Amino acid sequence: MLELRCVSKAYAEGRQVLSGLSYTLKAGEYVAIMGESGVGKSTLLNLVAGLDTPDSGEVLIDGIAISQLDDAAATLLRRTALGFIFQAFHILPHLTLKQNIALPLLLNNMPVRRVEKMLTEVGLSGRENHFPHQLSGGELQRVAIARALVHCPRLVLADEPTGNLDPETARDILQLIRTEIKNNNASGILVTHSHIAAATADAVLMMTKHGLRETEPVKR
Amino acid sequence: MNTSTLSSWLLLGEWRARFMQVMVAVLAIAIGVALGFSIHLVNTAAFNEFSAASKSLSGQSDLQVYSRQGYFDELLYPRLAQHEGVRLANPVLEFTARISGEHNGENERKLKILGIDMFRAARISPDLLGVPAEDQRMDGLADDAVFLSPAAMEWLQVGQGDLLRFNVGTQTLALRVAGGVTRVRAGQRIAVMDIGAAQWRFNYLGLLSRIELKLDAGIHHDVFRKELERKLGTQFFVTELEEQEARLASMSRAYRVNLNMLALVALFTGAFLVFSTQVLSVMRRRSQFALLRVLGFTRKQLMLQIVTEGIVLGVIGSFLGLALGYGFAALVIQLFGGDLGSIFFSGIQPDLHLDLVAALVYFAVGLGVTLLGTVLPARDAMQIKPAVALKSDHESNVIERLSSPWPAFTCLVVALLLTQLPPVAGLPVFGYLAIALLLIGGIALMPRFAAWFFSFVLHNVKKRFSDGKLNAIVLMVLARLANVPGQASVALSGVLASFSLMVAMAIMVLSFRVSVDNWLEHVLPADLYVRAADSGKQGGFLADEQKSLAGQSLFSRSDFLRYQQLILDPERPEVTLIARPVDSADPRNTLPIVGKFIKSSQLSEHDRPIWVSEAMVDLYGYTVGKQVRLPVGNGMHTFVVAGIWRDYGRQFGAVQMQLSDYQELTGDMSVNTAALWLRSQATLDAAYRALQQLPYADALEITQSQTIRNTSLQIFDRSFAVTYLLEIIAVIIGLLGVATSFSVQMLARSKEFGMLRHIGVTRKQVLALLAAEGSLLTMLGVVLGFILGGIISLILIFIVNPQSFHWTMQLSIPWDWLLLVAAIMLVAATVTALIAGRRAVSGSVVRAVREDW
Repeated sequence: MLELRCVSKAYAEGRQVLSGLSYTLKAGEYVAIMGESGVGKSTLLNLVAGLDTPDSGEVLIDGIAISQLDDAAATLLRRTALGFIFQAFHILPHLTLKQNIALPLLLNNMPVRRVEKMLTEVGLSGRENHFPHQLSGGELQRVAIARALVHCPRLVLADEPTGNLDPETARDILQLIRTEIKNNNASGILVTHSHIAAATADAVLMMTKHGLRETEPVKR
Repeated sequence: MNTSTLSSWLLLGEWRARFMQVMVAVLAIAIGVALGFSIHLVNTAAFNEFSAASKSLSGQSDLQVYSRQGYFDELLYPRLAQHEGVRLANPVLEFTARISGEHNGENERKLKILGIDMFRAARISPDLLGVPAEDQRMDGLADDAVFLSPAAMEWLQVGQGDLLRFNVGTQTLALRVAGGVTRVRAGQRIAVMDIGAAQWRFNYLGLLSRIELKLDAGIHHDVFRKELERKLGTQFFVTELEEQEARLASMSRAYRVNLNMLALVALFTGAFLVFSTQVLSVMRRRSQFALLRVLGFTRKQLMLQIVTEGIVLGVIGSFLGLALGYGFAALVIQLFGGDLGSIFFSGIQPDLHLDLVAALVYFAVGLGVTLLGTVLPARDAMQIKPAVALKSDHESNVIERLSSPWPAFTCLVVALLLTQLPPVAGLPVFGYLAIALLLIGGIALMPRFAAWFFSFVLHNVKKRFSDGKLNAIVLMVLARLANVPGQASVALSGVLASFSLMVAMAIMVLSFRVSVDNWLEHVLPADLYVRAADSGKQGGFLADEQKSLAGQSLFSRSDFLRYQQLILDPERPEVTLIARPVDSADPRNTLPIVGKFIKSSQLSEHDRPIWVSEAMVDLYGYTVGKQVRLPVGNGMHTFVVAGIWRDYGRQFGAVQMQLSDYQELTGDMSVNTAALWLRSQATLDAAYRALQQLPYADALEITQSQTIRNTSLQIFDRSFAVTYLLEIIAVIIGLLGVATSFSVQMLARSKEFGMLRHIGVTRKQVLALLAAEGSLLTMLGVVLGFILGGIISLILIFIVNPQSFHWTMQLSIPWDWLLLVAAIMLVAATVTALIAGRRAVSGSVVRAVREDW
């Protein structure tokens, strides 16, 4: 599904973040990535999403080197193949929940029927015409999960999705993310600082300046 | 469903969120388009009516023959009537006659009279035939009958059978109103009478003003015309109707274009408002756009989205503007006719027609300026780096781009270069472009200048309070202005544009007014001016009357002036010839001379000097020392240009010459005007009484120079009233821009204010912070507005005015008025900032600190 081949990246000021990183994520696999702040977790997600380009090495999604694509092609690949969940939710404030969730479908010229199903799956059935300011933080993240999966992406990238939520809500959201990724036969990468959150994934990878290292299997 | 659905969702969502800001932007465009379109419609309607009315007097002739001196000997008529190729020749005597009554210069009534040969006119201009009463069929040939158009009857309050009295020189002539005119344009005031009767009764014996020609079929007009002009010599010229129209158009073109430009100032200010609205909208939505990019919006789609938003704004605003403009034009025509304050179209009653081409042009201009205000923010949105924008609240790149000084400096340098270019078709096109570039350059420099200025202030304040006692609010205000000047500068762009234009216009108008006032003082040195109506081709005062006036014991000095119209170029309006005594040893004693001049001692014995107005230099290339030939008397005579004088009274040129030279060349000893100086012990009342004792007192128009000055300045102020109105509208649009920009910023800064409230800043302190930010920025804007406006006023005074109207003026600055407007702007902007900031101190802001959106 996802293959990282000797990926290196340094910031403009010269600080090396990733050096020679290699990893392969299989289809249907859901992994958590942990690591200290500044080690390059978010940078890695940006490289996978084609929002940034590596200094060297390659990022391949289903065999396509997204890092080699120009902006328009990378955008098209991101549009069809990827789903995103952010710590800060990033729900457009002036669109209804239904419209927010439908965004990826519209961009892909797909029918918006699946929006209702996703709303039901994330527990927001009947609230499709509500606006974001009428929702709690946990509910907003549910909307984000529905939006990330509505167009059946092959890979979901979640960057600290529970960082802004209370522990109880966070637990529900993490479970929902896992369930939805699995139900939709997608792969997933969860970036988190939380061991509890990481425990919801199939595997946990520890990111250090030396690369990615798989830790012991997680007990759920 | 597809991306267009998504686009409409995003658009409607954004409009729902900031309805007021969007409405203000739409309104700004609408007002700009409405002003421009309505002024164009009114001026076009007035001009078309004016032109149609003028053309209607020439009937269906193929060619018209005129003399360069206005009138010519009627012996030419039989020659032309028998000329090969001429099917019909129609002699016409056209002149204006003064209606007898009270005259003080203000309420003088003059009526255009056409003397026609009804038998010939019936075939070439049948509309102009008089309609006599059933039982008075021969009135068309009667020597005491005149036919009036309906508008003339209404204006003069007379009907069929009434007597109408005219002044002819110092005599009074009574004519009977014999009926109406077959068909004339609504509002057109003319009288028609038999040509022989008109020549006799108004002292034009043996004279005609034009001969209209109908040519045989198959005659090539151009060839015939050239041949005829060659035969007639330089004293005559032959024209076609189209040329007359071009001549009429050239008379008012500069006025119409300048007024249109002025109307577009509001639209220009509106463009800045759209720009600031769009920039702030892009800033506010950076994270949203970043999200869309992450979800798969391409850069092009994002740009298209923002441009579409701009297009929708522009389309709605422009449509609304066209509708408003049409309504406004209809109202103006209903209330004031076609007169927007100029002398050209007063008394005209035009019909309003929807000009589709003009509507399209103004629609395109409205849409164009909206797109101009949208393109830069859209380009900025395209450059957003999604990963960065989703993580931080970093300010928009568009401001960083604006803070680069090079585009702004380029604009300024190009603007300065453009000021050196000549006019295009008599219009100061490059002058206006220079003004636009100066504004754009000046405003683009605003963020950088604000950063520099407030950094400097902050640095010094910090140094002054190095003991740590610096007030936190002061520190926050200065730090924000020094470090994040972009947003605030955008808020001020509209106000800076409108304020600097207002400063420029105020300086130009005052300079003009002071110059006109000084000029009037110079050209009206006498205490009293006495005029008599023309007596045919001659001035109203013949030798005897001049003697009796000069002989009055109350006057220490009397000068006599003779006015005549000359046509030097058939495609241009007439030039006024003024013959009077001029102090040729030092003409500055008589005329408001500009620049160098030639004294009489420097001229040879045979040289006849003339002094020409500034317009003659631009229009005819007359320069000091040049020898020119003018049609004075019987033939062309050579004169030497001995000086150039400033003339605000005649835009199309005037020539002054010694009265003695004029009399020697023409043999015409009559004059039109007497300038009289009172003896030191004499009073004005006594002078009036003495003049009213004269046998021809009824025919005199007696005016004090002070009255002429006051009337002239009143006319000046009236003609600039529409200017002030347009400027005020532009400033209001500028202030609306401040209001919307500040309110958008307040929303964007709600987290900042929430944080401040959390750490113990009181509501009052937040309000003080906002007031300080608003007033400091406005103060800087006002100072920059003064500088920018000052420079623009120099372009208006020294480039635009001379190129448009061919006159120069001296610089005067209305400090008191400008300071008052600056103070009003300062207070208005501060209050606006406070009103917009009321949300900043509401409870929701405290919550905002916990929210992400």
